[in-house]
Amino acid sequence: MREEDRTVLTMSADFKGDPREFAMVVPVPTVLQRGQIHVGDQAAIDHLDAYTAPRLVEYFDPDPCARVMEERAMPMAMGRASRDAAKSAADALRARALGVTIEASYTVGEYDILLLSAKQSGGLTTWLTENGYKVPPGASRVLRSYLRQGMKFFVAKVNLNEKSRLGFTYLRPLQMAYESSKYMLPIRLGMVNADGPQELFVFALTRTGRVETTNYRTVRLPSDAEIPEFVQEEFGDFYRDMFTRQVLRQSGEAVFLEYAWDMAWCDPCAADPLSREELRGLGVTWLDPPSGDEAAGGRAVRRAPPGGGAQNVFVTRLHVRYDAKHFPEDLTLHETGDRSNFQGRFVIRHAWKGDRDCPGAAEYRRALRRRQAKEAETLADLTGWDMDTIRRKMRWEDGGDGDPDRPRSWWERIWGSR
Amino acid sequence: MDTTRATSLDPRLYQIATLSALVVLGTLLLRFPIGTPQIALSLAAAVVAQAICSRVWLLPTLDVKSALISGLSLSLLLRVDSPWLVAAAAAIAIGSKFLLRWNGKHVFNPTAFGIAVVVACSERAWISPAQWGSGLTVAFLVACLGGLVVNRAARSDVAYAFAATHALILFARAAWLGDPWTIPLHQLQSGSLLLFTFFMISDPKTTPNARIARILFGAMVAAGAAFVAFILQKSGGPIWSLVALSPLVPILDRILPGLRYEWTRPTAGAPVKGDKHETPAPGPRALPDGLTLGAGRA
Repeated sequence: MREEDRTVLTMSADFKGDPREFAMVVPVPTVLQRGQIHVGDQAAIDHLDAYTAPRLVEYFDPDPCARVMEERAMPMAMGRASRDAAKSAADALRARALGVTIEASYTVGEYDILLLSAKQSGGLTTWLTENGYKVPPGASRVLRSYLRQGMKFFVAKVNLNEKSRLGFTYLRPLQMAYESSKYMLPIRLGMVNADGPQELFVFALTRTGRVETTNYRTVRLPSDAEIPEFVQEEFGDFYRDMFTRQVLRQSGEAVFLEYAWDMAWCDPCAADPLSREELRGLGVTWLDPPSGDEAAGGRAVRRAPPGGGAQNVFVTRLHVRYDAKHFPEDLTLHETGDRSNFQGRFVIRHAWKGDRDCPGAAEYRRALRRRQAKEAETLADLTGWDMDTIRRKMRWEDGGDGDPDRPRSWWERIWGSR
Repeated sequence: MDTTRATSLDPRLYQIATLSALVVLGTLLLRFPIGTPQIALSLAAAVVAQAICSRVWLLPTLDVKSALISGLSLSLLLRVDSPWLVAAAAAIAIGSKFLLRWNGKHVFNPTAFGIAVVVACSERAWISPAQWGSGLTVAFLVACLGGLVVNRAARSDVAYAFAATHALILFARAAWLGDPWTIPLHQLQSGSLLLFTFFMISDPKTTPNARIARILFGAMVAAGAAFVAFILQKSGGPIWSLVALSPLVPILDRILPGLRYEWTRPTAGAPVKGDKHETPAPGPRALPDGLTLGAGRA
């Protein structure tokens, strides 16, 4: 969440492994007080993820001899941010000798948190290493850069006693609230020991409009393309390969906009909009008190008309695949005045399966045939999938293999090629 | 390029051609969120504002070229949620040329001023500094095309002073922070920055008259841009810096006097009208103050 200079940063890592191995080192602009740190609700993040995820929309062709239409949205859950770091505890005296100051130390939920400042990155690196954090080679240089920019370090690790007492089987997201003109996401530390590119999803909740990066081009994901019906069964693979191809097309240097929407409504909704409580939990402070109806229902109105909803929250979802070569500096962001809605969505059109006994049916069949050929080409273009494989998987109108140039044998014209 | 050889062509024609090409490139290739209606509105608003102002100030001719340059630059640099804000920015840009004058020169670069006012006053307007990406090809293209315009207008010194100081600051900052060189290099590979350098700060009508003052001014704008980016942590540093420092130009002109630029004398050392022969440059006093041929006063 970002409003003027206020930021509430919620960090959710896809850490899977021994919680003793988990640690997180995040540069922060100020020393945070206990009350500025909070353990968030993973469900709210999952909800936001589902609400904003690129989606597949199905349309059903009308009976070419009649008129009906149906529409459905299919939510697709995606993975989330990964972040690297180190592990362990504190010793104030030794810290001071190394020029490291433990500005604060808190236990929040299942996490032990330290806020460190340091005179020298060398001292900080030594301190982290002595305290059991695995500091990768090269990290010292990045730490120095942050120190010289006047930043502090937020270091979190899991308190196993608290974790078992609280009974959570997963690590809940950590949140921090601070005031700073810096609107950036530090990604450099995470790249130091990463092998291969990392994925980051940024969900921004703002008042005015869409958020974009100011030092990397923000590009819209392809949207509204019509793709073959069979993609419904492999939308996850489709999405992954399509995204990879888009990254390559932008030479690996772009940030992708996947969703930008006024939270007051959605059409179609992949998931219900977030409730006021969820939004507040994520740091949205500017909403009016709920009206009687909503307070009773606890959820925002689904598909409220534009402008008519009460949730004055604009949500932006950015997806970045980054590595040190293409993303040498941290992401800096700004809020724009753009309130136009955008969603990464793909369309499948189901062919009419019912009776086709009317003069319009022959024309429908021809149009469908052309449309399917085009869908196959679109899919190949978006994903880089092999055209022959696509053609084999498609349910062609005429039962053929989709190559419009290949002359059909007379038996294929009777029974199809499969 | 041989700057002593002038052509009779107004350098603004080159500038219009280049900016138009960039608008086409941006909309078709980079998918800038600007439609043809918005571009048309921006151009129309600029020309209408120019026509009204020319009428009010009783100018003998209508300077369409200047207005088109402002309209095109706004299409490239300003992003809005409502197209009327572009029209407002165009009107403010042109109006500032006529209203905010000092010693016969307008104080602000019209486009920069129009953008600054609209972005400062409306939440619905913003600048997208990363819209060109860092692709070397595009940056290089912009640089080359820009260089052409600068050379035509013979005020490349201010652009080079800005670019050199800006690069120096970024590299010095990286050295101090211990950052790899890839970071300042990435920061420099910005199409928006090149566009600013070769099309905005180099605008000969709003830069100081003397060469040394122009170099000083370019360096100051670069320092101001760094202040905006790294201290204030705001985007669009160069434009804010240019607008904030432009009121210093009249002071610099007073301290360091020089020959005022006229569009019809595209190169500093050339004779007045379309003369292609190499003729010694007239001194500052050889031309009457404010002489323009055909281009109007603004």
